Amino acid sequence: MNKVEFSKKTLDKFKSVIAKYPEKGAALLPTLWLAQQEFSVLTPEVEEYVAGLVGVSPVRVQEVRSFYTMYTARPLGKYHLQLCTNITCSLLGAEELLEHLKKRLKVNCGETTSDKKFTLSAVECLGHCGTGPVIQINDDFHESLTRESLDKLLDSLK
Amino acid sequence: MANEAVLTKNFGTKNSHTLGVYEQGGGYKALKKALTGMKPEAVMAEVDKSGLRGRGGAGFPTGKKWSFIPKDSPKPKYLTVNADEGEPGTYKDRPLMELDPHAVIEGSIITCYAVGIHSAFIYVRGEYVKSVQRLNDAINEAYAGGYLGKNILNTGFDLDIVVHRGAGAYICGEETGLLESLEGKKGQPRMKPPFPAIVGAFQGPTVINNVETMAAIPPIVNNGGEWFNNLGAPGVGGGLKLYPISGHVKKPGVYELPMGTTLRDIIYKHAGGIRDDKKLKAVIPGGSSAPVLRADEIDVKMDYNSLAAIKTMLGSGAIIVMDEDTNMVKTLKVLLKFYAHESCGKCTPCREGTGWMDRIMTRIVKGNGHISDLDTILSISNTIDGKTLCPMGQAAIGPSISFITKFRNEFEDYIRKGRTN
Repeated sequence: MNKVEFSKKTLDKFKSVIAKYPEKGAALLPTLWLAQQEFSVLTPEVEEYVAGLVGVSPVRVQEVRSFYTMYTARPLGKYHLQLCTNITCSLLGAEELLEHLKKRLKVNCGETTSDKKFTLSAVECLGHCGTGPVIQINDDFHESLTRESLDKLLDSLK
Repeated sequence: MANEAVLTKNFGTKNSHTLGVYEQGGGYKALKKALTGMKPEAVMAEVDKSGLRGRGGAGFPTGKKWSFIPKDSPKPKYLTVNADEGEPGTYKDRPLMELDPHAVIEGSIITCYAVGIHSAFIYVRGEYVKSVQRLNDAINEAYAGGYLGKNILNTGFDLDIVVHRGAGAYICGEETGLLESLEGKKGQPRMKPPFPAIVGAFQGPTVINNVETMAAIPPIVNNGGEWFNNLGAPGVGGGLKLYPISGHVKKPGVYELPMGTTLRDIIYKHAGGIRDDKKLKAVIPGGSSAPVLRADEIDVKMDYNSLAAIKTMLGSGAIIVMDEDTNMVKTLKVLLKFYAHESCGKCTPCREGTGWMDRIMTRIVKGNGHISDLDTILSISNTIDGKTLCPMGQAAIGPSISFITKFRNEFEDYIRKGRTN
């Protein structure tokens, strides 16, 4: 296995991030973001590397990583489908959309399709309630979904 | 009464998020006025007069909050802008950050000047990638334009602002959970006292203000506190408020209206009424944590005191509308699952109570409930009431008590029908 280490570019970013905080440990969340962008998955090895950079114990990194839902310790598909199932989206039909996605992709929530293309998650309110139901796919939001528009959207993802 | 756009006035302008456009629309005039012509105490006095109360949910008077910060502190003081917009139904801070980030920044700089702060953080929820980007771009522009950094506008005032991105946790919207998260820890709320005004971020005195609160500061400085206060409904005051409305309405959206506009007007006049002209069944007036109202309770004014008088709350001002076909049992289940998922696990009543209520609701929805389950949920709710470290416990029982009390017949019918639902 390759040694876990930031690229020069990411390391420079890290240095500018850590300089912004009065305490080194405060840079843990942004450093985990950098690590997730660089390594995709926050494995124990990555956690240990981040711990060294930020100057905290590996167990602190692990407890923080596992507390927040957006950090991932397992590989995700190329597209992470995060369908909001909170109150407004569910009033507008998110539950049916979730069932449709499960059937179409043949996975349950939290699972990845066998071709590693899609990971399906039901998530809490995404703050797009005026245009629900909404799905976040990686960093992008897609709003006012219907079954048809969702199918079209998935078809367009290569 | 004609509605004046104040917080949303730039939303329709092309490239409203850029410095040039913001300046053309009068942006950073308030900052110049404050820094070159007003003493910090004078800024604070205008904010006091404005009747502005915290727009995050708790509604604490903003000027008063600032006044709790000790003038002479051996430790550095901080401003933390709460942009962890996570209260279900709430989507008002995101457009401010995406379409008018400089207004948020200008308000933050003025706040720091008024309170004597030289370091600020904007804590943005992890999902709001575009908000983070827009704020960072705007902050870079503001540094280049001389509005941030050392010796701002040649007045000798220094300030740095850093955007801190969260990573998915509702509890970080709670102010001390947010501080823990800012310090690189799990977002578990702190025991209070000490309050953040005395011991906050990095052990320094800290002001924590919502995004919408910050965006209201420049217009208050430009036009005076009295002007802003008078923008509220007659007899209510307190300025304008962003009301995000969602659910079964014809025209969901974020409406900027006088504080104290009636809930009926917002639903029927502004949001166009109920979809397919159905009947209204219920409405949550202030984000999912606010106790639900029945259709016969919507003549209430949407302000802090009027809603408190009917045992609910303004919260974030987020209105969630449910039509006559809404299944209240399944809707409560959605909410209680959310609170159980988001409980941080630090204190027992919330951790155990939310999980227990969620398990009971799961059983009920599946058709295996008992009538006595309803009283069990109410009893758990009463056990949580007032016994948690942070307001999250209170947030969870807002829906549980109000749904079951106000729609008890529907819950009992659902349980009796059992598996046939």
